[in-house]
Amino acid sequence: MIRRILSFTALILSALLLSPFVFTTPEGGELSGVANDYIEQAPGDLNGANLVTSIIVTYRGLDTLGEVAVLFAATAAVGLLLSRKDGDDSGTPDRNASEILRTGSGILFPLIIIFGAYIFLHGHLSPGGGFQGGVVIATGFLLLLLSGRAKKFNHTVMALVESLSGFAYVAVALVGVFIAGGFLDPRFLPAGEFGRLFSAGAIPVIYSLIGLKVGAELVGILDNMRRREGAAS
Amino acid sequence: MNIIIMAVLSILMLAAAVTALYLKNLGAAVIAAGAVSLLASVAFLLLAAPDVAMTEAAIGSALTTVVFLFALTRMRGKKKEEPRD
Repeated sequence: MIRRILSFTALILSALLLSPFVFTTPEGGELSGVANDYIEQAPGDLNGANLVTSIIVTYRGLDTLGEVAVLFAATAAVGLLLSRKDGDDSGTPDRNASEILRTGSGILFPLIIIFGAYIFLHGHLSPGGGFQGGVVIATGFLLLLLSGRAKKFNHTVMALVESLSGFAYVAVALVGVFIAGGFLDPRFLPAGEFGRLFSAGAIPVIYSLIGLKVGAELVGILDNMRRREGAAS
Repeated sequence: MNIIIMAVLSILMLAAAVTALYLKNLGAAVIAAGAVSLLASVAFLLLAAPDVAMTEAAIGSALTTVVFLFALTRMRGKKKEEPRD
């Protein structure tokens, strides 16, 4: 009974905490301060069709780098906790995947990978970007894992893709320091024609690197969980 | 019109969340929690935030659900093993 009362009190308190966001934030209201500056300057500055991506990758680029670092830490922790080397590397699933899953995954896998690559390559033009594209790619690999087609990933390639793209992300950011205006400034590449694939400076390059890194990391997490799970059952 | 759709979405989200809390079958509860994310991504899309909607749909409803299901399978595998030994 006391536990119930306590949890209800906590619920009501958190509702009170969040209520200002519902009632006082106007929908479609005036932007203020730094948000206004972003929206006024980003199109002319960066020439990216997707304003959200332009802001995330450049003005808020350091935040994105932080997110990538957090994701890396999470992946490393999962790998550390779940991939113990006590002879459970076999990963033999207790039953075979069904015919439908095996055939379907064979057809869908390349399409999903291409779609994921499309999302992060066009991050500066259409909604989506590195994180979304990376997750889509990870779902493709998940299908492969479930259907039992990927008994063993090439972990060296995965680790290589992950670390190289992370390294290249920071390297591109540092190039911005020396050639353009500062850390993570993408304007050292030509701004190009508005709305084209090769435009908006280095934004597509940065977001593709993020996409590869996120994809490789998430595949690593899924693979670690799956391997141990297959061995435990 | 938009407000009506948003209200319906919110009620569905709340219903799915409460269902996730009260379901006895943990696997079904995980699926219900994924449904909350899927409905949230539709809501984000209606609020003109397609980028966030994509993230929510991909990470919230697909990847998180799968990770939860994997974890659930691992727990069950261990539970089954213990009484046997």
